[in-house]
Amino acid sequence: MSDLVSQKVNMIFKSLKGETVHALKDISFSLKKGELLTVLGPSGCGKTTLLNIAAGFLRPTSGSINLGGKEINGPGVERGMVFQQGALFEWLTVNENVNFGLRMKKEDPVKTAKKVEEWLDIVGLKGFGNTPTYQLSGGMQQRVALARCLINDPDLILMDEPLGALDALTREKMQSLVLKIWKETGKTIILITHSVEEALLLGERLYVMAPRPGRIHKEYNLPFAKMGLNGDLREIKNHKDFVSKREEILSMIWNMEEEIMGKDI
Amino acid sequence: MVTGFLTFFIIFAVIGSILYGRRLIRTEKSDAVFGNPERAKGGIHWVVVGTSFLILSWLYYSWDIAKSFYPKSANELCQVAKVDESLLSLKYLFPIVERQHKSTAIIKRENLNIEKKITLIQNNANLKSKDKEILINILRKTKLMIPTLTSEKYLEDNTKNIVNELTARINILMAEFPKDSYPTLSVKEKNELDIGLEKQLGWGATGMEVPTLPESKRGLKFHVAAVELNSISDEFFEMRNHNPEYLRQSESIFSDIKKYMDGLDDGRELDYIKDIKKLVRRIEYASIFPPKTLNEFEKSIVAFDEVQKNEQGGLTVIDALLFPAGKIVSNGSQCSEAGPGRWLPKPSDTFRIFGDLLKPSVGYKMIPMLWYEMMGVNQIVGFVLPDWIADIMPGKYPIHKQDGTVDPNFKSKVLDVVTGEFKAFKIPIPAGHIWDSFLRVFLGLSLGIIMGVPLGLFMGLNRFAKGFFDPLVELYRPVPPLAWAPLVITVFGIDNVGKVFLLFMVSFSIMIISARAGASGTQLSKIHAAHSLGASRWQILREVIFPNSLPEILTGIRVAVGMCWGTLVAAEFLAGTTGIGFVENVARKYMQYEVIWITIFVMGMLGLLFDVTIRKIIVKTIPWRGKG
Repeated sequence: MSDLVSQKVNMIFKSLKGETVHALKDISFSLKKGELLTVLGPSGCGKTTLLNIAAGFLRPTSGSINLGGKEINGPGVERGMVFQQGALFEWLTVNENVNFGLRMKKEDPVKTAKKVEEWLDIVGLKGFGNTPTYQLSGGMQQRVALARCLINDPDLILMDEPLGALDALTREKMQSLVLKIWKETGKTIILITHSVEEALLLGERLYVMAPRPGRIHKEYNLPFAKMGLNGDLREIKNHKDFVSKREEILSMIWNMEEEIMGKDI
Repeated sequence: MVTGFLTFFIIFAVIGSILYGRRLIRTEKSDAVFGNPERAKGGIHWVVVGTSFLILSWLYYSWDIAKSFYPKSANELCQVAKVDESLLSLKYLFPIVERQHKSTAIIKRENLNIEKKITLIQNNANLKSKDKEILINILRKTKLMIPTLTSEKYLEDNTKNIVNELTARINILMAEFPKDSYPTLSVKEKNELDIGLEKQLGWGATGMEVPTLPESKRGLKFHVAAVELNSISDEFFEMRNHNPEYLRQSESIFSDIKKYMDGLDDGRELDYIKDIKKLVRRIEYASIFPPKTLNEFEKSIVAFDEVQKNEQGGLTVIDALLFPAGKIVSNGSQCSEAGPGRWLPKPSDTFRIFGDLLKPSVGYKMIPMLWYEMMGVNQIVGFVLPDWIADIMPGKYPIHKQDGTVDPNFKSKVLDVVTGEFKAFKIPIPAGHIWDSFLRVFLGLSLGIIMGVPLGLFMGLNRFAKGFFDPLVELYRPVPPLAWAPLVITVFGIDNVGKVFLLFMVSFSIMIISARAGASGTQLSKIHAAHSLGASRWQILREVIFPNSLPEILTGIRVAVGMCWGTLVAAEFLAGTTGIGFVENVARKYMQYEVIWITIFVMGMLGLLFDVTIRKIIVKTIPWRGKG
C-alpha cells in the first residue's frame, strides 16, 4: 500500500499585518500507486503550496497527507522532487549531481557509479557524465534533475512545473521522456503545470484548481497519457476529444481569472 | 647612455604605434558605428603609447634626459647659479628685480612710520603729556637725521673712493670674463681644485645632489667670477654712509633714548621707546646714499649681468628645455635641484638603488628585502609546539642532586623538545622586509577566514547567531582599521602579533559579511532538493550551502586582501622594525626619494600579485559563477 491520501488539508497563511490568505481549503483526494496526476490552475490557486505540503516542506494548518499509511511530517527520500529551474548543484558535474542522494546515504561509490550510468542512459545523457552542469542547456538540466530524483527510487515524484522554462521543442521531447519514465518505473507522479495541453497530455488524472480559497474545482480522468505511451504526441494533440477538452478547460480557467480580475480586462 | 637609448626607442615606438593605429582605423569594419563596444576592443599599440608617455614623462621631469644627454649641464648650471646668487643682493638694491631703489623704499617707509607713530602717541590718552613731548621730539629728530644720509653735501670722499673702486672691479671683471684666457689660476689654486674634483661625486643619488666644483672650462669661469662678485658684494655691504654729521645726530638721538629709558619702569612708555629705537637702528643699517652716488655702480652691475647671460650660451637653452618645472639653485656652499628633479628620482638612479637593495648583503637597515636564512628545525619545533605539552606529561620535573647535577627524566626531555632545546639540522626559510609584510597579511587573512567564514555561515542560517553577533561585528566594522591601530599596537605590541591581530580584525568582518551573504543567498529550491535527496543538516551545510556561498566568500577574500594590504602598510608606518611600510617610513625620514619610489613600486606589484592570484583561484574554483 503506497497510496497517497490527502484528508481535508487546509492551509492558512497569516501575514504580519494580520491579513489571512486561505491558500488551500479542504483538499481531499487519493492517488493509487502508479497514477500520474496533473494539477492545473490559474496563478495563486495553491498548486505549489499543495506540492510543498506533499514534499514535507510545509506543514498544513489542518488535515494531513499520508503516503503509504504514514503521515508526511517533513521532507524525505521517499518523495523525490523536480523543480522548475532544475535546482542543480552547479559546483558538481552531471555524475556528481545524479549521485548526490546516494552519496548522502554513504553508499558504495563503485556501485553508485554504475547506477548513475544507467540512469543517465535512461534520460538520454549518456556521455555527459563529466560535464559541468552550467554548460548544459535547459532541457538537459531538467533531464539531470529527473535522473537525480529517480536514482533514489522514491515512491512519489513531485514535479513543480518542471517543463515551464523550456522552449516548445524541448518541451515536447521532455513530455515524452516523462511519459516514458512513468511507464518504465511505474512511479506515482504529481505534476504541476501552467499549460493546459501539457496537463491533458500527461495526466492520467487532472485536477483543475480554483483560487481563493484554493480548492479542487474539477476532476478529469483522461485517456491521453496512456495513448501517448505508444503513439505520437502530436497526433493526440489534434485528437477531437483532446481539442474539445482543451477548449473546455481553457474557458473554465478564463472564467476564474475574470472572477478575480474583473470582466473589463 | 641607457636613458638616451630608451628615449629614442620610446619616441620610435610612439610614432610607430600612432601610424599603426591610423592604419587600423582605415581598415575598420563599416558597421562599427560610434557607441558600439566593439570599437574599444584591442588596441595594444595604444598601450605602448600610454606606457611610453608615462616613461617619457618620468625621464623628462626627473631631469634624467638632461643627465643622459648633457651629463655636465647640472654642474655648469650650478656655477651659473653661484653667480646669480652672488649678484642677487646687489641687484636687489637697484630697480633691476625690484620696482624702485631699495633705499628709496626704505626712506619712504620709515618717513611714513614716523608720521604714524607721532599721531599714535598724540592720540594716546594714557600717556602723560611730558612723555608725549619727549617721544615726539625724538621722532622729529630722527626724521631730520635722514637728510644727513641723502645729501651730497655730507658724503665723505672715502666713501666715494670705495664706490668707485668697486665699480672699477666689476668693470675689469666684465672685460676679462668673456676672454678665453679667463680665469688665470695660480698653481696652488689649480692643485686645490684638482684634488677637490677627484673626490667629487657624480650628479644624482650619490650622496650629493649636484656636484659643486666646476668640472668644465665654462663652469670654472662662472665659479671664479662668483668668488670675485661675492667679495665685491661683501665689501659693498660693509661700507656705510656714516658721515660725521650723521654720527653727531644719531649719537644725540641714542643718548636721548637712553636717558629716557633709564627713568622708566615696565610699561606702555617702554614699548613706545623700544619701537622708536628699532626704527632708528633700521635707518642706521640701511645702505642709504645720496641719489646719484651709485649710478655708475648700478650701470656696471646691469652691464655685467648682460655679459654673463651671453656667456651662458647654449646652457640657457638646455636649462629651458631639459630642466622643466624648476631649476638648479645655489645656496651657500651647495647646489641643489629645486623642482620635480628633487622628489622625482631619475630612473637610472632608482634602478641602481633598487639593485643594491635587492642584494641580500645590503638590504635596508641590515635586513634584506627578500632572502632566506638558515634556521634550526629545533627552533621551528619549539615555536610551533606549545610548552604546556610537557606540563601534562605524567611525573614530575627532576630536582638537582647533592653533587650538583641533574638527571633528565621523560618529562624534562619532552620539555626540551617543545621548547626547542635540542640539536637538529638547519633548513632555509624565507626572510626579509617583503617576506615579513607578506607573512603578516597571510596570517591575518588566514585567521580571519578560518574564524569568519564558519561564523558568517552560521549567522546567515540562524536567527540567534545573527542577532547575537551582529552588534559586535557592526560596532567595530565601520571604524576605519587604522583607527584601531594605535590601540591594538599598544595592547599587542609593535611586533607581528599586533599587526596580525589588526589584519585579523579587518579580514574577520569582511569574511563574516560575505559568508553570511553567501549563506542567505542560497536558492531555497536547492535546499529543498537536498532535503528531498535525503541530506542531513550537516550534509546540507557542507555540500550545498558552503559551495553555494563560495563565490561570495572568494570575492570577500579578494576584498579582504586589498584591505589587509593597505592597512598593513599603514600599520608598519606607525610602528615596527621590519616590513615594506617600515622601509618607506625610514626612507621618508632621510628623504631618500628613490627608496620611497621603490617601496611604492614594490607595494603596487605585490598588491597586483595578490589580486591576480586570487582572481586565478576564483576562476579555478568557481567556474560556474555568472553562468548558473
